[in-house]
Amino acid sequence: MAGITGKDAALTAYANALAAEAPKGRSLTQDALRRLFNNKAALVSIFVLIAIVLFALIGPYFLPWAYDKIDWAGIRKPPDWAKGHYFGTDQNGRDMLARTLQGTQMSLLVAAVATFVSVAIGILYGAIAGYFGGKVDAIMMRFVDIMYALPYILFVIILVVIFGRSPVLLFVGIGCLEWLTMARIVRGQTLSIKQREFIEAAKAGGAGPFTIIFRHIVPNLTGPVVIYATLTIPEIIITESFLSYLGLGVQEPQTSLGTLISFGAPVAESLPWMLFTPAAILVVTLLCLSYLGDGLRDALDPKDR
Amino acid sequence: MFGYALRRVLTAIPIVLITITVCFFILRLAPGGPFDGERALPPDQLKNLRAYYHLDEPLIMQFFGYIGGVLRGDFGPSMVMKDFNVSRLIGIGLPFTLTLGFSAFIVGTIGGMIAGAVAAVNQNKWPDYLLVAIVLVGIIIPNFLMANLVQLFFGVYLKWLPVGGYQPGSLIHLVLPVFILALPHGGRVARLVRGSMIEVLGTNYVRTARSKGLGTRLILARHALKPALLPVVSYLGPGLSYLLTGSLVVEQVFSLPGIGKYFITAALNRDYGLVLGTTILYVFIILALNLLVDILYAWLDPKVRYR
Repeated sequence: MAGITGKDAALTAYANALAAEAPKGRSLTQDALRRLFNNKAALVSIFVLIAIVLFALIGPYFLPWAYDKIDWAGIRKPPDWAKGHYFGTDQNGRDMLARTLQGTQMSLLVAAVATFVSVAIGILYGAIAGYFGGKVDAIMMRFVDIMYALPYILFVIILVVIFGRSPVLLFVGIGCLEWLTMARIVRGQTLSIKQREFIEAAKAGGAGPFTIIFRHIVPNLTGPVVIYATLTIPEIIITESFLSYLGLGVQEPQTSLGTLISFGAPVAESLPWMLFTPAAILVVTLLCLSYLGDGLRDALDPKDR
Repeated sequence: MFGYALRRVLTAIPIVLITITVCFFILRLAPGGPFDGERALPPDQLKNLRAYYHLDEPLIMQFFGYIGGVLRGDFGPSMVMKDFNVSRLIGIGLPFTLTLGFSAFIVGTIGGMIAGAVAAVNQNKWPDYLLVAIVLVGIIIPNFLMANLVQLFFGVYLKWLPVGGYQPGSLIHLVLPVFILALPHGGRVARLVRGSMIEVLGTNYVRTARSKGLGTRLILARHALKPALLPVVSYLGPGLSYLLTGSLVVEQVFSLPGIGKYFITAALNRDYGLVLGTTILYVFIILALNLLVDILYAWLDPKVRYR
């Protein structure tokens, strides 16, 4: 007869009220997200970036023209809403908006894959150097110092020229050369993390060095890695667009923002839309990524504030 | 101090050697070559050509022959521009690239320092916001795009400055290239100076200087400027190599006759001799400049020498 006195109901209500009033614990991630969302520039950047990505991915399905479709009646024409060429056409009569969207897709894809490659190499290299320390560390980091001093864009150009102009090579080539700073940052973090008690506990529990690196150290690197990865993406986009600008990157009929700019630049006097459409998207993307990176740094690394 | 400098020079030598080796073998082992034209050459002609350029010898012999040549200052023949050898092309291009690079270096460094100091002194007022915005634009917009935009604006629309090209001794052709090259460099310098200057202006000794009645100008000149410039010195090394690789872009867009232009043309034509020569030169210059900056820094900051 538990419910007769009404005591249980009253206590339950009381408990619920207490639970509702109790201060909610906040995890570090929630804290960081809250700080990020309080940063207006970063928040706007996130929305703009999401809009660009969605537009680049979904947009082409809603356009009347495909990126490689030639409109024989509309060659070198300025923006024309009636015909569906919202941003005009190029010298071959292809729709600039469709081409720009395809180019944005390609540039973002290169950026994503190359960033992933550079992050993976950087984490592995930095964590190993930092964890083993001593001679291993000295040799590995000396190598990074040396690589730093070398003009890596020359090597990317040589690689691309020699091994053909495939997008895959572009991803991997750029990624393989952009990992240096990541390795340095990860090594620095690893040096301090490996002194902590939970690493000692893992060692006492019999975990091998690689288990410790991957299970205990790498997950703790998330903050700096995310920050630096965000800052790497614009660099990679710039590198890719420069290579494409030289004619070494993405090949026809595929296109990227750099390729579009390189085709638009010589004719910008008579057909300005061919330069300004891809240039605007490129600049807005880079600007947003930079603001987002700064915002993330402020949010995830409270020491700096 | 001398020991430190010597140690640094000695570590730089193997780096140059390794770079030469790696580039040499990558280029030689790659498929395709400078004689792959639209039309295949008759076999006997190809054989003669290969013999002329020593391409028929064993790879290792070619390598030592090349190293020997480089040590004597001979980078071998250009395989595509047949009337020139690589050393001659470098002799033509290098003075130009160095002029361009150093002009941009001076303009960018000084401009960046002034901009950073002005922004720091006016922190959170309109000059600060304006300068920070300009710096952001200068750093974010890629070199080649910015170059095209200023070409279009100043060269085509306003017709104030030449769009590109170069005539020896003509300064007006250098204005836009130097500006484009100096902009991101100056921007990074300005960021560094602004950050460290704000920090320095908040220190106790600056407050003391202020409280004893010194004017802002005097405080800046006597007390704040020097410590605020230290981070800039350590940035100059990487900054110089950014400038040199940036000149690659600028020379290409404005079609200027520097080694960057030769490098890209050579890479596109698979002119291995010229690619190798210009790469070695770039690496050598960048290492030498980095070395110089490191030694300068060690001289300024004794802590570095004993690390």
